Amino acid sequence: MATKSLKKLGNDLAQSNKQIEILSNGIFKSGELPTFKDKISETSQFPIKAKKLEILQINVGYMCNQVCDHCHVDAGPDRKEIMTRDTMRQCLEVIKNSGAHTLDLTGGAPEMNPDFRWFVEEASKVGITDFIVRSNLTIIRANKKYYDLPEFFKKHNVHVVSSMPHWTRGKTDKQRGDGVFDKSIKALQELNAVGYGMPGSDLKLDLVYNPSGAFLPGDQAAMEKDFKKALMEDFGIEFHNLFAITNLPIARFLDYLIASENYEDYMYSLVEAYNPAAVENVMCTNTLSISWDGYLFDCDFNQMLELPVNSKSRHISDFNEELLEGRNIVISQHCYGCTAGAGSSCQGVVA
Amino acid sequence: MSKPYYDAADLRKFGKITEWSEELGTKFFDYYGKVFEEGALTAREKSLIALAVAHTEQCPYCIDAYTKDTLQRGITKEQMMEAIHVGAAIKSGATLVHGVQMMNKVNKLDG
Repeated sequence: MATKSLKKLGNDLAQSNKQIEILSNGIFKSGELPTFKDKISETSQFPIKAKKLEILQINVGYMCNQVCDHCHVDAGPDRKEIMTRDTMRQCLEVIKNSGAHTLDLTGGAPEMNPDFRWFVEEASKVGITDFIVRSNLTIIRANKKYYDLPEFFKKHNVHVVSSMPHWTRGKTDKQRGDGVFDKSIKALQELNAVGYGMPGSDLKLDLVYNPSGAFLPGDQAAMEKDFKKALMEDFGIEFHNLFAITNLPIARFLDYLIASENYEDYMYSLVEAYNPAAVENVMCTNTLSISWDGYLFDCDFNQMLELPVNSKSRHISDFNEELLEGRNIVISQHCYGCTAGAGSSCQGVVA
Repeated sequence: MSKPYYDAADLRKFGKITEWSEELGTKFFDYYGKVFEEGALTAREKSLIALAVAHTEQCPYCIDAYTKDTLQRGITKEQMMEAIHVGAAIKSGATLVHGVQMMNKVNKLDG
């Protein structure tokens, strides 16, 4: 189990240009596999163009209490990139004036940002339809100061979306660290206790499943059934929906794929599972990702690869919805992760 | 230099069998795909059966394919190993139940 980020370890793969180099060379350079651009061109889907903005995803910082093996953010306790209140103020202005109906806070562990609560309080006043916080669950049990998070989320009608790699302790702890499973179960029970995830409850609690290794997620509906059955039988836990998300070959997951000699096979799996119907609905077409320092990206993955939006409006301070709509999405081979099988997005399958 | 009979990368080329006999190949893959769809049995149950049979058939391609397939379905390694034991039990049972034939023959010849 990792305890430090790639960045802290001085690993080459902490550099985004190194990751893009790997994704552009080898089997893709030799033509053994088609590049993502070539593949989507076969069905005349290049370039992918941004449609109307619906979701603003804000990454409030890369600091996290966990160091998960496959984290695409390379998050961890040693990451110091944290969104300031000034940038949050700029985000609030954009939320007020944009047409987006969903606000999605992510990290790292977003709750570790010292201004997290202030931001949630301010943002909840803006009247957004769906206000998501991506919580890793263990943060709720990490320190006394976080114990009241379920009540805090409830007060602001936050939609909680939490990672849960498996319904068994072994598979969960292998990916996310020893003790993560037990803490996550406790946190879910506490969320249930205040009404989250209960049948018919407006307090939405969804779980995110992503595979623990070099394989693609199974059918989302079947996985949801298995998760619901096991979590109810073993722990009496209720939740609403399960989002099955494919691991994208970047950051720590890319490092893992290469170290375990699974990189080529994994890329083959992604390319073989390519689904043109998923391209139609990839999340970058209706989402904007904002980094901790206020820059704009097509998605959280492009943010980590430091591939900025292809627009004159590149920072929250000069946000221009009209300019951004219709922009060409910046792509590379990691994009195959969102178009495999039933597709993958921060909201689960798309096709 | 000798080459192994089996190459893991050949599994990716399975679909190519259609190139030399399109009708039969296509019919096979249609049938194969249909078999593994959700039916009276769940796709998950079918995947576990396939994993067990892959082992009794000792097909390395099938073992690779269905190990991955069961993992994708969230099946745990304990469940996978138990499925293989089911296959092994049937294999050893099939051997041992023939012991009755041996016993019958002994009783007839040397009873």
